[in-house]
Parts: sequence; C-alpha cells; structure tokens
Amino acid sequence: MNSRTLTATSWFSALRLSVVLMLLCGGLYPLISTLLGQTLFPEQARGSLVYLNGEAVGSQLAAQPFSEPRYFHPRPSAADYDPTGVSGSNLAPSNPELRERVTRDAAALSRQENVPVEKLPVDLVTASGSGIDPHISPEAAALQAPRVATARGLALEQVKQSIASHTRAPFLGVFGPTYVNVLTLNLALDAAEATNP
Amino acid sequence: MKEVALIYLVTLGLAWPLGRYLSWLFGERFISPGIATVENGLLRLAGVNPNAGMSWSDYARALLKLHLLLAIVIFLVLSMQQWLPLNPDHIPNMSWDLALHTVISFLTNTNQQHYSGQAQLSYFAHTLGIVTLQVVTPAAGLATLVAILRTLFSNTQPGETVSVGNFHRDLLRSVLWVMLPLSLITSLLLASQGVPSTYQGATEVSTLQEGTTQTIPLGPVAAMVAIKQLGTNGGGWFGPNSSVPLENPTFFSNLVETSALMLIPMALVFMLGFMARRHRLGWCVAGVMLGLSLVSTSLNVFSERQPNAAVAVTGIQGPNMEGKEVRFGTDLTALWGSWTTQTSNGSVNGMHDSFNPLGGMSELMNMFLNVTFGGIGVGLIGYLLFMFVAAFIGSLMIGRAPSFLGRPLETREMKLASLALLLQPILILGLTAITLAVPGWAGTSNPGPHGLSQVLYEYTSAFANNGSGFEGLGDDSVWWNLSCALALMGGRFIPMLAPLAIAASLAGKRPSAQSRGTLNVDTPTFAVLTLGVIVLFALLSFLPALVLGPIAEALRA
Repeated sequence: MNSRTLTATSWFSALRLSVVLMLLCGGLYPLISTLLGQTLFPEQARGSLVYLNGEAVGSQLAAQPFSEPRYFHPRPSAADYDPTGVSGSNLAPSNPELRERVTRDAAALSRQENVPVEKLPVDLVTASGSGIDPHISPEAAALQAPRVATARGLALEQVKQSIASHTRAPFLGVFGPTYVNVLTLNLALDAAEATNP
Repeated sequence: MKEVALIYLVTLGLAWPLGRYLSWLFGERFISPGIATVENGLLRLAGVNPNAGMSWSDYARALLKLHLLLAIVIFLVLSMQQWLPLNPDHIPNMSWDLALHTVISFLTNTNQQHYSGQAQLSYFAHTLGIVTLQVVTPAAGLATLVAILRTLFSNTQPGETVSVGNFHRDLLRSVLWVMLPLSLITSLLLASQGVPSTYQGATEVSTLQEGTTQTIPLGPVAAMVAIKQLGTNGGGWFGPNSSVPLENPTFFSNLVETSALMLIPMALVFMLGFMARRHRLGWCVAGVMLGLSLVSTSLNVFSERQPNAAVAVTGIQGPNMEGKEVRFGTDLTALWGSWTTQTSNGSVNGMHDSFNPLGGMSELMNMFLNVTFGGIGVGLIGYLLFMFVAAFIGSLMIGRAPSFLGRPLETREMKLASLALLLQPILILGLTAITLAVPGWAGTSNPGPHGLSQVLYEYTSAFANNGSGFEGLGDDSVWWNLSCALALMGGRFIPMLAPLAIAASLAGKRPSAQSRGTLNVDTPTFAVLTLGVIVLFALLSFLPALVLGPIAEALRA
C-alpha cells in the first residue's frame, strides 16, 4: 500500500462500483463469450439441431417422446420430454411411489420387448436427472432392436449395425460410459428407409 | 473408477500452477504496470481511492456496502424483467419473496434456486443480474481471504495501525485477472461441446415421430455455466442444472465442468503455501483437505454403485441410475455430487434426492464440514477458523498460553471464533425444527425419514452457501424463501468476516519469542489435531439429526 491512511467508502462510490462491475461482469463478459462461441461453433451454439429434408426435427441434446414400435424409445422422463420443463423425479429410493412406478414400467416394458423383467437394463426403468436424457445404454438399444427390425421389416443385423454406428465410444477410448443417441439413431433409420424403400 | 482418478489428477495438475500464479498476483511480486493501470483506471471511474489502506472494519464495510447496493439493483431487475430488454421468451416478473430469496442466494455465492432459470428468468436478468453476482461474490471471498492471509502473515509492529489492504483493489484484481479470463476460456470449451451460446430465443421443432412439437430453450448459457462452475456458485441455466444435456452435453464437457468446480478452491490452498512462504503449512492443509475429499468421494462412488432399493425389488440388476444420466453413469455423478458439496458449489449433474441414503449422507457431511477445500476464499477462511480453535486447544493441552504464529489468542479472538462456529448448528437445527413443527410449512415430497432429510439438507445447503438441494421439496413459499434467506446470510457474512477481525486483532499484538515449546502450526501433528476438531465439531452438532434422517432411512431400506 502506498498510503497508510485508512479510508471508509462512501455510498455513492459503492454504487458507482456496482454499476461498473455489472457492466463488466454481467454485460461485457457474457457478450464477448457468446459472440465468440457462436462464431467459432455455430452449430453447437444454437442447440445442436438435427435436420430431416432441411427441416429441424429436434436437438441431439434433447430426448423426444418416441412411442411407435418402429422407433427406439428413450428412458422414462419425469418431465414428459419437455426441454422447457426439465426435471428429475426426485423420488428417494425409499419412496413407495418410486417402487410402484418402476414395477409398473418394468412390467409394461417386459411385455413390449418380450423379455423377462430381470433382464431389463436399469437405465430403461429409471428416470433421468434432466428428463430429456437423449441417450440409452448399448444394452437398452440391443433390447429394442428386434422390435424395431420387425416393425420396419428390416433384418436384425441391419438394425444392429445402425446401433453400432451410433454408439459413442468412450472418451480417448477408455474414459466414461458408451451410449447411443436415440434421436440420431431413429433419424438414420428413417433416412435409410426414405432412400431405398 | 479411472474416470474419477483422471479428474482428480487433471484438477490437481491445473490447480498447482494456478496457485503459484495467484500468489504472484496477490503477493504483488509479479504486477506488471499494465495490470495496475487498468485497475487504477476502473477504480477511479468508480470514484474510489485505489491506494488507500483499510482497517478490517472499513474493509468489511466496503464489502457489505457493495453487496447491499448490488442486491438492491438486481432485486429491481428481477422484479421488472418483463419490461426490460433481452427477453425473447416473454418471461413475466418475479414475485417479491422469490426475487428476494434469489438475490440473497446469489449474493451469498450460493445459488439455492427456488425457481427454474429457463422458464423464470429473461436473458437480461440471467446475465446482468445473476452472472454479475456469480463473478463478484467469489471474487469477494477471494479478496477477503487474501486480506486475512496478508494480515496474519505480516510483520505489523504493535502500536502501528493495522491495514488489511484495499477491498476494491483486491476485488477488482480477482475479477479481472482470475474470474473473467478463466470463465471465458471455460465458456468456449463448453460452447464447442454443445452448450448454447446465443442471444436468440427458444427454437420450436416438430419432432421426428409426427404429431408433437418440442421447444428447445437457448440463450447465453455457456457464459453462465462457466462462471457458475468456476465461482463455486453453481446456479445453472436450467432447473436440473448440469444434468441437462444442453448444459453439460458430453464426457469432455463434464470433465471441464467438474474440474472447474474444484480448480480455484484447490489452487487457493497451494496459494497459501506460496504466499505465506510456509510450504509445509500449505502441504499440511492440502493433505487434510485431500484426505477428507478422497474418503467422502469414495463413499459416494461406492454408494451409488449399489442398486436403488426401489428398483432392486423388481429383480433388475444395476447401479442406482434414478435421476442420473447415461452419458455420465454413477461414478461421474457421485464424484460431482461429492465435489459440489465439498466446495459449496451446489451445481449437480444428477438428482441428489434420488441418491442412495449413504450417498446423500456423505454429501450432508461434506456441507457440515464445509472446509474440504470449500467455497472460494471462504473454504480456507473456515479452515483458518478451525486452526485458531485447534491452536487454542492444543496450546492448553501442552500447558502454554494459547497463541497463533506467536501472537496471543485471547478472549476477543475466541469469542469471535465461537460466534462464527456456533451459528451453524443453531441456525440449521433451529430452522429445521421450526419448519418440521409447524404443519404445512415443510412441503416435503417424500415420506418418512427422507422427508426430514429433505428439510435438513435445504437449511444445511443454505448455511453452507452450497445451493444444491433434495429438489423434490416444495420450497417456493414465503416461509422457505425468508427462512433460507436468513440462513444464507448468516452462513456467508459472519464466518467470512469474523476471521478478518481475528486476523486484524492478532496482527495488532506484540509477538512473543518463539521457543521449542511453542505450538507449531506447520506440523503434521497440528494438522491431525485440526482435523480432529473439525470432525468432532460436526459430529457433536449433527449426529442426532443424521440418525433421524439418512441413517434411519438406510437401516429401514
């Protein structure tokens, strides 16, 4: 410190400092960051949209409520797959409501995919944190493959190949889980159908 | 498991050089004329004297005045956002009690959110209001820590006026050369992964399976997510925070965000060693904190690998994936859950309400301790507070007059320390008891012991300035908003400013000559003593509440 005099701050200069800080931190910083972000990464910065015939049909980063047999289905959602109302179930493991929901969903899924309840992958009976988890595990995709193949009149192998090409490998080959993006997988199947019917 | 190790190593590897840089920056050994010129220019613009030293009470007053004025201006922004610019999605004004709680929550570096950002805040309110506080409040914590360390390790002579530094310069230096540059880099890394970065409004799409439409919310999300992670703040753009793919899209974004939440708190411990020129002290503190961190993280990772009791009854195998995202799995969600409660960050990448009881309990424990690296500045300040208490107890145990770094610890210092420490159980347990006692106030969404855990977690999180929650709680009511505001402010300003007063009071005293019998704070023995004080204090205060909540739940399941 150059000076050893001790000073108090006046209210007026505290107010001026608040305004300077708001303009700097809340105005300038987000502006620079956002402009740079959308210039450098235009696709990602605008919601990672995916297109079919030139029209946006969704975002790679938001699950859609697929229910038809010809589509792969996402994980259960506590938010009804609404990206503006994102939410988890927030049910504790001890909550009877959660037990009822899982039992009910598991029974329905077991009928639909024609496998015993114990064989179901855990991600298909648990609600995600966001309610729009766009991914499922490779096991959950494999489970649905026979149904999708039948509904589309495709060979099972063909569907399995599609799954494989939409499976995201772990980071650097070793870190983190592998997973499948439900929307891009369904989109690829639809696109393939449109080109060679 | 290897993912968890990777993130620990990356973060430690980045924190060390950052700590070195911070010690240069605040030790004023590396200040280029350019840095000082920019700071002086901005400070003169604000009309404050950039070079005047301040007494501890002037420093505290400057801090409180700035916070109060920011709070008033931003309260007005939230209450009038409907009529302000940058509101493409036509979001209405906030109610007065929710706006008040929101301002206080961010003012105290907490981010307890009783609202959902994507639906209840305009872009203007998000950036000018929330982002400002997300940058300024950790900077204020860092400034206060620097002032305390500067004072504690100074060679002030008795009778000299004790200057703890200049608040405005410390604050601006943290903002300009620490918070903003780190945030900018982080925000661009996140934008590259798919975190929205635009002022454009939400996009509506027709979904692939015909018949429905979906609205994809956008906004300047990346800028906010970067600072909420770096600033131990945690308040996300979306309600469920970084579990939302638009806020945390990939493994890499998760690596960046997880490291960012621990980076500065860890770097500050390294800064301590460099700045005080006591490397052994730095290593002792880092050792205690890292030890606590590893134990708690392991416990959480183990807990979440266990099946969810509600799923296990159906016979389905697998870890607890309720409230978690497939791209992270349970290990990365448990790691984040641990770190976010250790550092008082409060952001999440999975829903803590649906964690297994043991995982939820380890997070509560982290927040009771609140010094496992802790919030920016305040974590280490909290640790210093425990060091004062440990030095007091330790000196008495070896039959010496209590002292810290050779300066006597007397009634005034211990009174201040006790005030800061005892406030925690009084506010958390007191408010929990009142809320549970009055019918209709609690708003819990889960029955039995977990309901009690929800209420306990909310106040613990508020006092710890953490901000995460067992989110099923119906917490947007006047009672919740006001009582949490009380816990938030009590938990922020008193434990942060009392040690500043203690440091100034110690610096004004005559140092006694060091002898072989003097209690030395640079030793592993003293580190273990401090650890003991920290853990015993938390257990004595909160064990009964833990037994009634998570422990009862774990035993019942």
